[in-house]
Amino acid sequence: MTGPAPRAPAVPVEIRDIRKRFGGGTPALDAVTLSIRPGEFLALLGPSGSGKTTLLRILAGLEFADSGALLIGGRSMRNVPARERGIGFVFQQYALFRHMSVGRNVAFGLDVRPRSARPAAAEIRRRVQALLDLMEIGHLIDRYPDQLSGGQRQRVALARALAIEPSLLLLDEPFGALDAKVRKSLRIWLRKLHDQMGLTSVFVTHDQAEAMEMADRIAVLRDGRIEQVDTPATLYAEPASAFVHDFMGESVSLPCTVRDGAASVDGLADMPPIPTDCRPGPAVAVVRPHEIGLRPGPGPARVLACQIAGPMRRVLIGLGAHEYDVLVALDAWSPGVGDNCGVDLSRARVYPVSQ
Amino acid sequence: MSRAATQESRPTQMGLTVLTVALLVALLLLPLAVVLTQALKDGLAGVIESLSQPDALAAIRLTLLVAAVSVPLNAVCGLAAAWCVSRFRFPGRSLLITLIELPFSVSPVISGLVWVLLFGANGWFGPLLSRYGLRIIFAVPGLILATMFVTFPFVVRTLIPLMEQQGHAEEEAAITLGAGFWQMFWRVTLPNIGWGLLYGVLLCNARAMGEFGAVAVVSGHIRGQTMTMPLQVEALFNDYDWVGAFCIAALLALLALVTLVFKAILEWRIDRRGGGLL
Repeated sequence: MTGPAPRAPAVPVEIRDIRKRFGGGTPALDAVTLSIRPGEFLALLGPSGSGKTTLLRILAGLEFADSGALLIGGRSMRNVPARERGIGFVFQQYALFRHMSVGRNVAFGLDVRPRSARPAAAEIRRRVQALLDLMEIGHLIDRYPDQLSGGQRQRVALARALAIEPSLLLLDEPFGALDAKVRKSLRIWLRKLHDQMGLTSVFVTHDQAEAMEMADRIAVLRDGRIEQVDTPATLYAEPASAFVHDFMGESVSLPCTVRDGAASVDGLADMPPIPTDCRPGPAVAVVRPHEIGLRPGPGPARVLACQIAGPMRRVLIGLGAHEYDVLVALDAWSPGVGDNCGVDLSRARVYPVSQ
Repeated sequence: MSRAATQESRPTQMGLTVLTVALLVALLLLPLAVVLTQALKDGLAGVIESLSQPDALAAIRLTLLVAAVSVPLNAVCGLAAAWCVSRFRFPGRSLLITLIELPFSVSPVISGLVWVLLFGANGWFGPLLSRYGLRIIFAVPGLILATMFVTFPFVVRTLIPLMEQQGHAEEEAAITLGAGFWQMFWRVTLPNIGWGLLYGVLLCNARAMGEFGAVAVVSGHIRGQTMTMPLQVEALFNDYDWVGAFCIAALLALLALVTLVFKAILEWRIDRRGGGLL
């Protein structure tokens, strides 16, 4: 590839036992520890209020942790202010300088360097043009931010962040302000760009599909704590908690009780118990709708409704006092409405319920 | 022809319009016309003669001086206060916002009187000042202090909503891109609030030149020394020098008209471009 790709080597990021509390309330971040590998594309995923943006802002130096250590490229960031970190930050609403043209926006990080470190004006111009070309918006160099579409602004914000040749790129909800269609195409494009640039990137999102599609690894946050850090495939197949299970995809939860290495679903004594290594006591069995098996013949489930949902058939069953959604392959056996049938929950994962 | 439910009948509309125009003429245009005709009673030569009186010139000079000192100071202090209030959350913040508006709610006479109580001959710091031969009350510094106090809210009040609405993401972006505080201020903050600041300064200036109550208390009415234009108007009026009084009044009115035009231009710009320069 030709052009302005930053050649700073990608850096590792070490987050150790970071704590942060705003005002007096519950902690925004509670003992967060996380290692980000050089060149990795990591997603911070969580519902709003989970602390993911706070963590990103602490990485950038826009917010300060109450305690804990942060090492970027092996160097402690304790006394390094944001302006000296050389980290590319893409803001949620892009925060483009509204009174500057696209070109001036992108050149800003170079323009504010001390004279000795500042490239010549012609060199700055060349680099800005090359970056905008890389973002496929070279023709917009003289436009102003309010003359651009959301997707174009996003690209300008990226070009501006990349102009300072960062070794770490942080993105706060990079697609939050875009409509669904633009979002989809930008995801693929951004992932390609990351691979091309060889940077370490961290992005914040509340959209699990976005995180699954783009990230090498995902850190799932909840109430200021990291619940699990894993590859998208592992997170989906082996969620470490009921919360992660639920957050990573459609889930069905059944309260149950664990006794002697097996969980029996509450109120359904005649169901075969689910083997588990979960500790004894109250628990919850969580399963994805397509992992529930339906068997012909008499059984505890009563079919309430049945409809085609894309490539699958969605069957609503009544089980005990509750109703659950089950997804069945179109070519698999499926009961009719009003039938009774057997239910196979052996693929359910059992998590303890904290009391 | 369809009519909106909220629209009044035709005679009511006409009646209201006529009433408004009549009030406008009686309350706004008529006084202005009176001021101008009285000033021009002895012709243009009379105007030039009364405006070139040493006392009149001194009053004009003093008014310009007071405005030239208090307006820039208020612009800087106002900007700092607006920044503080819109960028940080701290205990006592809402109290501070209320305090900023205090000069609007306090009678101008009180605004002048506080300075007399502080720096007057019998005031708290009076003896200390007289020991060093410094004069604040009945002198130019007192006029500037009183004017600053009265006009302080204008810049802050214009900037706080603007800065709160713009947020500080752009400033944070500048910092992450390596800008220092002043680079951020000159390149990002100031251009974004430029027109708003100018608007506040304009209002501040209009009031600074026209202020009567507060400066009347601290002035001491020494002719040729501590008389600003509004004070001079009153003094001449009390001397039955109608032409002299109305000439200076006309000058003040003209100033107000110019301010009004600039204000309209600025409002139009801010509406269109949202407070930023360029």
